Amino acid sequence: MVETLEPAVEPRKGVKARKRRAFVMEVAIVAVIALLLLIVIPPLLSALGQGVRVNQLGRYLALAIAALGIDLIWGYTGLLSLGHGIFFALGGYALGMYLQLQLPAGQIPDFFSLYGVSELPAFWQPFYSFPFTLLAIWLIPTLVAAALGYLVFRNRIRGVYFSILTQAALIVFFNFFNGQQKLINGTNGLKTDTSTIFGMQASDPRIQTIFYVLSVLLLVAGYALCRWLTSGRMGRMLVAIRDDEPRVRFSGYNPTGFKVFVFAISAALAGIAGALYTVQSGIITPSSALSTAFSIEMVIWVAVGGRATLVGAIFGTLLVNFAKTLLSEQFPEIWLFFQGALFLAVVTILPNGIIGWLRTDGWFWLKSVLGRDRLSTYPSLETDPEVEYERENSGD
Amino acid sequence: MNEKILEIENLTVSFSGFKAINNLNFSMDAGELRVVIGPNGAGKTTFMDVITGKTKPQEGNVRFKGRNILPYKEHEIACMGIGRKFQTPRVYLKLTPRENLELSCAAQKNVFAALFGKPSGSERRTVNGLLETIGLANKADIPAELLSHGEKQRLEIGMLVAQSPDLLLVDEPVAGLTDEETEAVGNLLLALAESHSIMVIEHDMEFVRQIARKVTVLHQGTVLCEGSMDEVQNDPRVIEVYLGSQDEADH
Repeated sequence: MVETLEPAVEPRKGVKARKRRAFVMEVAIVAVIALLLLIVIPPLLSALGQGVRVNQLGRYLALAIAALGIDLIWGYTGLLSLGHGIFFALGGYALGMYLQLQLPAGQIPDFFSLYGVSELPAFWQPFYSFPFTLLAIWLIPTLVAAALGYLVFRNRIRGVYFSILTQAALIVFFNFFNGQQKLINGTNGLKTDTSTIFGMQASDPRIQTIFYVLSVLLLVAGYALCRWLTSGRMGRMLVAIRDDEPRVRFSGYNPTGFKVFVFAISAALAGIAGALYTVQSGIITPSSALSTAFSIEMVIWVAVGGRATLVGAIFGTLLVNFAKTLLSEQFPEIWLFFQGALFLAVVTILPNGIIGWLRTDGWFWLKSVLGRDRLSTYPSLETDPEVEYERENSGD
Repeated sequence: MNEKILEIENLTVSFSGFKAINNLNFSMDAGELRVVIGPNGAGKTTFMDVITGKTKPQEGNVRFKGRNILPYKEHEIACMGIGRKFQTPRVYLKLTPRENLELSCAAQKNVFAALFGKPSGSERRTVNGLLETIGLANKADIPAELLSHGEKQRLEIGMLVAQSPDLLLVDEPVAGLTDEETEAVGNLLLALAESHSIMVIEHDMEFVRQIARKVTVLHQGTVLCEGSMDEVQNDPRVIEVYLGSQDEADH
């Protein structure tokens, strides 16, 4: 016992080496998956006569970026936002407005003439600029989230009240975007597929390939960002805030700043996702991006994949969306039942989601099925009756 | 003799009419170990809530090292040097003891430092020293949820010390502990009292006898009496409101 005390105090050299190896391993796995997505899968799907799936995959990869943001604030920080459609739509509309403005000089987008508007509204003007648009896609959602977050978190609005508030904010945004025909074409939304970008039509396969590649790369970048945020001291703070926010205050930290920060980052991710999704779908409308159902779906993707795992957010998004597509192609009427059943199953059977389950019980279950069961916890704990008691009684 | 570390004057806290603290006066010298006792509902926990900024009083003054702390928020008061240990151990269960201590120990507690800061050499040494002191060195890197109740209590006291506060507020540190664990916590507090001012709220009279030098008895939101353990025990008012009923409860 005494011999084991000494080296355990300072993290051993072996621990550091193991951490580095795990890091290299993870980078390698992510790189391989990204290369598969970029080089192997699109031609493979096309060869199988499933070329349409490439576009779907690109869109769902874009959605996965938003899911990463949800995982950051919900899985790690415990803030259940039911209004992330706001930030998704802000990003989508920003790029949509830029594409609408790709017209000969002096013209304004067609839809304005329907409502008797002859002059471009002032807030459209900056979207002539491509650099401004690139900035607006993530910066506007970030600023909106920071402002909203500051007001909410400073007043210590938490838990279910926060969720209701985000949902209410979503409805406010929906009504605004839906009702203002003269400003942003109201309920019809903005079409992007007939616009030109880089001198080609946005629906051109070559342009769509660029957006597909961008989706993969930005998803990888988003994953790297979230991994970095959640691994160091920041990540520990987020978990501490999630598990016991009042305690964090007595440790001398003001949680407000941390929550505003992470909420703003997740909004930026949603904005980027919205822009990428919009150009690959060809249209953004209030009833798709700003519907309450869509914002709740985002949460479902993360719940299915597994909270606080990041990989689970991506996996869950792809799984649920492809299930949705394939099922609603075959049986259009049952998809909603299936989605409900999936969510119920996850909540009741796999509360940690699929990846969460694999990382904990599933791993041991697989091992025992394969007959490779062996003791793999801290040995002194395994024999400690006190710990055993705690484990059995800590389920509440 | 010493300067006062904590002075409280005419403090009144009421929750919709009910006065949890009623015109309370209290002061503590720097370096003192004070035990506050009192029957249930005497206002002990509310008293701590006020000192740590969780509850704002209707009337009165609270001065810490001569400075009025009422306008400040919890985290600001914590940074001024008042640390608090809760009744039930409140450690971050998903983090390891080492991470729990590092989080409390960090000198810079803002977003930027959490993103780019690294624990300094002295912080890391402090954490390692504390892990030894609280006897968790060999469990430093497993999630805190796997620790036993007594270990969590010790970890939380360690987190308190890691904040390097001048005044420690400790709320019922031995509730639910075995006799040996109680004694260990008592010795830990006595060791800490060498270099800190400590206020302990406690029910367990055995434990109070072990550590108490000066005892304050709260009753119905005011100070009933103050003095050494013997003086307090022989005070007829105390016997009536507290120790008497305690004896009856024991039978």
